[in-house]
Amino acid sequence: MMDIFDIYLLEAVVNGILLGGVLALLALGLNLIFGVIDVTWICYAELVMIGMYGMYYMVQYFGLPYYAAAPLTILLVAALGALLHLLVIAPLLTAPPINQLLATGGVLFVLQSFATVAFGIDFRNLGIRLPVLQFGEMNFSYSRLLAFAAALIGMLLVYLFMKRTFLGTAIRAISQDRQIMALMGVDTRRIYLITSALGGALAGLASCLLVLQYDIHPFVGLSFGPITFLICVLGGLGNFVGGFVAAFVFAEIISLGGLFSDLEWGYVLAFAFFIVMMFIRPAGLLARRS
Amino acid sequence: MTPRQPLPWFAGAALIALPFVYREPYHLHILILILIWSFAYTSWSMMGRFGLVSLGHGGFMGVGAYVTALLWNHLGVSPWLGIPVAMTAAAVLAMIVAYPCFRFRITGHYFVLVTLALSGIVLQVITATRDYTGGSLGYTPDRTRGSHLLALQFDDKVTWYLIALAIWALGLVIWRWVDGSMDRYALEAISEDEDAAAAAGVNVTWEKLKITVISALMTSLAGALYCQYQMFISPDTVSGIAVSLQMVFAVIVGGLYVSLGPTVGAIITILLAEILRIGFGTRAVGWDNLVYGVLLVVFIIFLPKGILGSILERVKARPKS
Repeated sequence: MMDIFDIYLLEAVVNGILLGGVLALLALGLNLIFGVIDVTWICYAELVMIGMYGMYYMVQYFGLPYYAAAPLTILLVAALGALLHLLVIAPLLTAPPINQLLATGGVLFVLQSFATVAFGIDFRNLGIRLPVLQFGEMNFSYSRLLAFAAALIGMLLVYLFMKRTFLGTAIRAISQDRQIMALMGVDTRRIYLITSALGGALAGLASCLLVLQYDIHPFVGLSFGPITFLICVLGGLGNFVGGFVAAFVFAEIISLGGLFSDLEWGYVLAFAFFIVMMFIRPAGLLARRS
Repeated sequence: MTPRQPLPWFAGAALIALPFVYREPYHLHILILILIWSFAYTSWSMMGRFGLVSLGHGGFMGVGAYVTALLWNHLGVSPWLGIPVAMTAAAVLAMIVAYPCFRFRITGHYFVLVTLALSGIVLQVITATRDYTGGSLGYTPDRTRGSHLLALQFDDKVTWYLIALAIWALGLVIWRWVDGSMDRYALEAISEDEDAAAAAGVNVTWEKLKITVISALMTSLAGALYCQYQMFISPDTVSGIAVSLQMVFAVIVGGLYVSLGPTVGAIITILLAEILRIGFGTRAVGWDNLVYGVLLVVFIIFLPKGILGSILERVKARPKS
């Protein structure tokens, strides 16, 4: 009995790490937008949801293979991110931050109900069944491994983009000082737009990966949206490394909590942990002590 | 003291007299809903007007509704006792979440995200404890036969209308009470500049905690009343992010900084939802929220003071010009 339990425990730990990859990807997207534009997209998980529907329709209705549909979805959600910035955030750049936040909350409503109206509330899935990988006595779904690997590659690409290209340098510079960079001749509007598209692209990548694991319905964003916000706050908003670490901590808590009871209890445990951490490290896991 | 204006008293008398003159059940039903939601929206704006934007009020509402109903069904505790217990539970939850936020100066984005997570988690807990709460399928308090005062269940709409009216008036009284208190100045100072307020001797944490607890108490009361009136609650209608955003939306549309703003917001949103429901029938699923969302974005961009707020501003500005 005991050694079977240990196998399950190990399996849960590994599954937690795999889940953490995708959560870290989402946290990175949100942190990027927060760090550069100083806006929180409440509707971030809903962008993922739209991307998942995009994948569904491209694969099921137009018969595109998965690997052809994925780049298109990433482009689609990137365009959506840019559009969101142009239509909603840009007019509100000088407004109080709360108004920007609430406006994206309105977009959350719009996207959810748009999906309800356009696609109905039925649960759909891609119908792609990936094999289950057996390793010793443990089972890992291939889709999770793929999601983890792709998320890591995605994050690595963003890292290289930020470090090695001129544009990435400009984006990092803006996140350090918004006013000065405009004086230095950087076109902030263009940088904001590119950042929004990049944030959208990360959401698009996440949607390609999550569509393999989750059924698609208009409210699917709620199953990972709140947790992404918690991760960002826990890691410190705008702190990329902190978000990365927090994503894995959270994923482990959810995965291990889910092992002992329902998955929802994993979320509840994660929230309890979050509250405790708020007392201990209010400025984020990796915040420097001032 | 301000001179006593006759208008509110006439309006109040007319509202009390209304159900005795006009008792079309459907219209009364809409009025009751408007009054209960107005109260909930008012309780949100108690915090919102001081820059404490919470997306956790769906959670408080859910606690109010579910604790009352669960106590009644499983333990046979009358709502007269259950509602205070539920309100206490919501207040405790509010303190647990809000105290670290305020103590460690978690404001702005952070505060919104933390409270957002709170309402998401309350939704998850209700769904997770589906053996007791019925999960996402919803929950119905056990019915008594006919009207029953002890169970707070009434068959006729007139009684409910009067209860809802009283609660709505209570909300306005609390608003006025806060409006005339010293706390209002303290909180306004805090919303302008926390450090300056603290330097001027305002106990920032305590003031914020006070208004948060008042707001949570009111919201959970609204949730409990909604549950008692509708006799059906589901996680989607009384808790979660959608409900929190709906509160924000209604208040923003009506007007955040005026006492009747949330009421105007409730009238607009509920009438909108009903008109869409009647106009489109079952095809309306989702349309009301679509319109809500678009309006919310448009209002925040073009009319951040809300309809009533903007009208009052025009009226006030006119004599000067």
